[in-house]
Amino acid sequence: MKAFITVIGRDKVGIIAEVSSLLAERGVNIEDISQTILQGMFTMIMACDISDESSFGELKGALQESGDKLGVEISVRHADIFNAMHRI
Amino acid sequence: MISGIEILETVKMIKEHHLDIRTVTMGISLTEAISDSAEATAKKVYDKITFSAGKLVSVADKIADMYGIPIVNKRVSVTPISIVGAASRGFEKIALAMDRAASEIGIDFIGGYSALVQKGISDSERAFLDSVPEVLHSTQKVCSSVNVASTRAGINMEAVACAGKIMKRAAYLTRERDGIGAAKFVAFANAVEDNPFMAGAFHGVGEADRVINVGVSGPGVVKTALESVGDGDLSVVGEVIKRTAFKITRVGQLVARKAAELLDASFGIVDLSLAPTPAVGDSVARILEEIGLERVGAHGTTAALMLLNDAVKKGGIMASQHVGGLSGAFIPVSEDEGMISAAETGALRLEKLEAMTAVCSVGLDMIAVPGDTSEEIISAIIADEAAIGVVNNKTTAVRLIPVYGKGVGERAEFGGLLGSAPIMAVNPLSPAKLISRGGRIAAPVHANKN
Repeated sequence: MKAFITVIGRDKVGIIAEVSSLLAERGVNIEDISQTILQGMFTMIMACDISDESSFGELKGALQESGDKLGVEISVRHADIFNAMHRI
Repeated sequence: MISGIEILETVKMIKEHHLDIRTVTMGISLTEAISDSAEATAKKVYDKITFSAGKLVSVADKIADMYGIPIVNKRVSVTPISIVGAASRGFEKIALAMDRAASEIGIDFIGGYSALVQKGISDSERAFLDSVPEVLHSTQKVCSSVNVASTRAGINMEAVACAGKIMKRAAYLTRERDGIGAAKFVAFANAVEDNPFMAGAFHGVGEADRVINVGVSGPGVVKTALESVGDGDLSVVGEVIKRTAFKITRVGQLVARKAAELLDASFGIVDLSLAPTPAVGDSVARILEEIGLERVGAHGTTAALMLLNDAVKKGGIMASQHVGGLSGAFIPVSEDEGMISAAETGALRLEKLEAMTAVCSVGLDMIAVPGDTSEEIISAIIADEAAIGVVNNKTTAVRLIPVYGKGVGERAEFGGLLGSAPIMAVNPLSPAKLISRGGRIAAPVHANKN
């Protein structure tokens, strides 16, 4: 399944490394990545392909845990919610 | 490819502006549970509900997890019990079976302890209506409704009188909890058969066996979008509301289709609702104030609400394959932080709320009134609302809570999503003769469309 991961928070060293190694360990392929500073906040968006859909819950929990450790908010959502909302 | 700005907009709507799916409601037909004994009917009712909706909560939680959007309530509506229990009677036993089934599957409310008596009341329906107050007292999750009027039938004033009695009695039986029994009961005109919201949800006899109906929400999202309009004129305001409602409804449609697929049920409708909660930032009243009112209740409130309600529908209708339920902005007083605040300061009165119900969904909702308000006055309030619904060919409803031992200026506390409400003043002049006349108010001339 296609999903988007968003990371929002204070910029610091190692955010991309932490998130991408977590995804690599779980066999999640990163298809696109963009980052920017919006109103002083670090914002990263990753488009991913999660081959094992059944592990989605575990992945979500692991990302949230990483987020807590890094002091940023990390969430992952199925791409369909963005397609539904922004594309006719 | 979705842009980063679009992705962040969605994330912000959910994280910061309270966008959520207010309810995923499964409608379940209970006509096959009809038996000649109350025990047999109750057992079949329990079995059918637990079998059909056993996975409702886990599926809704899974969808919420997958899309990262909260699904606040998981609910069930059933065929009106006045029909299901007409042959067996023993309505209370069926209600207890509904309550047990609702607890077993982990939902928060079950609707459908209902009767459709807009034109006349049969003997079994009379027995059913007599049982309602005690059922609201003795069960936790069962919600009840009665349809007292329709555009095609007119207003059944005997049913109106009966509904007033039920509200008073249910409030009295639950007086230790500020009359919460009455908060689980609603009197309708033009009740709809696919409403996912409580207390008025029931599963119409024209519906399929198992149907998923979804109610969306998002007053906070609309208010935030309007803040960007600045001094734009009302055409711009309407346009922004339409666009926002479209986005909100698309999420509802996505969730409804997925839930129907995973639960092996039919997709019914998306209810284009703007349903507030008592949380700050989740208020319909604050949208009206953002449009340009010092406080909700000021002159101009009805016009602003008309604009809001219409724009929500126009945006939402294009976003969903099937739209239904109540669809529109809700104005429940106890469940809306801005309404509570306006009622407390006297800015918002019952008469203004009544006018507002002529242009929005749905009616006088979650309004606490003094405990010594007579049942005739409550019935007359129901009759007024029914008149608005019947003439305007729309659904209207009344959910009033007479709070025993409390008067104007005091507060009723219901807790949870039902919130708390300042007790509002009611015109004390007597409508007793109007109510005691009985009979029917005939259908309006424009009801004769065939």
